[in-house]
Amino acid sequence: MADPFPSPRLLPSGDSAVTVEFSRTIDETANRRVLALDHALAAAAIDGITETVPTYRSLLVHYDPCVIDHDALGTRLLALSAGTLAPDSEVRRWRVPVCYGGEHGIDLEDVAKALALTPDEVVARHVAGTYRVAMIGFTPGWSYLSGLDPTLQMSRRHNPRLLTPPGIVAIGGIQTGIQCLAGPCGWHLLGRTAMRTFQLHRAPTFLLEPGDEVSFTAVDVKTFAEQERAAEGGELIAERIAP
Amino acid sequence: MTTLVVSSIGPASSVQDGGRFGAQRYGLTPSGAMDKLSLAAANSLVGNELMAAAIEIGPFGATFTAKGGAVRLALAGAPRPADVAKRAVEINTSVTLADGEMLTLGFARGGSFSYLAIEGGIAGEPMFDSLSVNARAGLGSPYPRPLQAGDVFDVQPASGAPDMRIDLPKPSGAIRVVMGPQDDEFSDEMKALFLGSDWTISATSDRMGYRLEGPPLRHLHGHNIVSDGTVDGSIQVPGNGAPIVLMSDRGTSGGYPKIATVITADFGRLAQTQAGTPFRFKAVTMAEAQAELRRYKDLLRGLPGRVSEIVTNEFDIDALFTANVAGHAVSATDVTTWLGVTPD
Repeated sequence: MADPFPSPRLLPSGDSAVTVEFSRTIDETANRRVLALDHALAAAAIDGITETVPTYRSLLVHYDPCVIDHDALGTRLLALSAGTLAPDSEVRRWRVPVCYGGEHGIDLEDVAKALALTPDEVVARHVAGTYRVAMIGFTPGWSYLSGLDPTLQMSRRHNPRLLTPPGIVAIGGIQTGIQCLAGPCGWHLLGRTAMRTFQLHRAPTFLLEPGDEVSFTAVDVKTFAEQERAAEGGELIAERIAP
Repeated sequence: MTTLVVSSIGPASSVQDGGRFGAQRYGLTPSGAMDKLSLAAANSLVGNELMAAAIEIGPFGATFTAKGGAVRLALAGAPRPADVAKRAVEINTSVTLADGEMLTLGFARGGSFSYLAIEGGIAGEPMFDSLSVNARAGLGSPYPRPLQAGDVFDVQPASGAPDMRIDLPKPSGAIRVVMGPQDDEFSDEMKALFLGSDWTISATSDRMGYRLEGPPLRHLHGHNIVSDGTVDGSIQVPGNGAPIVLMSDRGTSGGYPKIATVITADFGRLAQTQAGTPFRFKAVTMAEAQAELRRYKDLLRGLPGRVSEIVTNEFDIDALFTANVAGHAVSATDVTTWLGVTPD
């Protein structure tokens, strides 16, 4: 059977890594192919591959060229990329509580105004979505989610904030995301979650995996405060709803 | 309890080892020493594992004091004035501090980072097999942040081994790169400009990235790409056209086109290049880069074999008198007679 998909491009990233590029744009099918190759590589356990980093559209494969030759690795990567998408059957699904608006979502009103919606409508549309963790990057646990309602798309802030609190849930462009650590952010803050995608001394240290599905539920300020305290004690806060 | 106390220290100094690998897919950057050859050299001098954690000291000065016993240390990396109780300490040597003695380090000269290894290593709680400090994520041990005056390391008492030195090659020339992964976002003219220009590192650079000053590079299709994975040495070109080399504390993904990638063998040399000192890039093939990587790893593995005892040039009066007994003709030019040992 002919491969229904074009071959990815193999782009060297220095002497010890190769980028397997499926698309140059944000693309649902490309992301599923990235995650499929990532799973296939994990199953194949090829000697010399030290680490993989899935992104929206490419898989970065770190390897030791003293163990596996660049060309031999390329051949394996192309073969494993052919014709497969990430299976849906074993996708982990999480429900994540978010405290929208007010002091925890300081951009909600402005976002609503810019989109000619009420704040409640923005929240309703954000909560209605099912999102996939397309990639985790930049800082520990920063989860980029695909699947944002197109009516909520808006360009990033002209001036990124230098410091936002941990646990923000934000939108930027055609994406929504969860930032775990305090840090700079150019997206619009809709709310905060007490769930920590990254927490030292908790098992698991990292909660979300690329490929996981996430939906949000709205909680009030008091519940958020209780959940914050529970999270400090190591509770996951996010509810695993499948499998 | 024997300890090494940080008596004073400038900013940009932290505990670093070979790095923290395995969680880049979760956004956790490897961190680790900016110049791993110098880290390994310092460790070799005191008999530690090559990539064991040591103190990475930024360009500013620092002082360390042994408390509760003697402590054996080694210094490698950027040269800088150093002494213990007015005795000069050379770079690429080990030294033992007696209880209460202080090692004084001046400003770095001809480099940016020095490495202070402690015999027996640094005690800490590893995460992902690493003690490396990642200040942004609050990771690292025993201090998950840059070092401050008053910090204390629990250390093993000095073994009493003699002072050692290590010979290291002194590579020079252009910083070698493999082009890509997004060099097709630049015209041939821009790639020639990148490879044909003098670059300097801006003073605003840090462990996360080195900002380069030189001619602005223009993109073919704008400066935004959909975020893509990064490696140590990725050279991103943001909208203003001034390249940024991603260093040990880089983000694990980035959204600017990457014109080229510094080869592993030259990464530490770039890390040691001082702000304002001009340098050039040179493109090499993948085969050349990987051959260099094998040579670099051979060099690292061979470091313990390059360590030798320091031969002092002081006269050993006892040896002289012992040798110069009646009836023996002693050559005044025979060094072994004077020193009582065979010099290297």
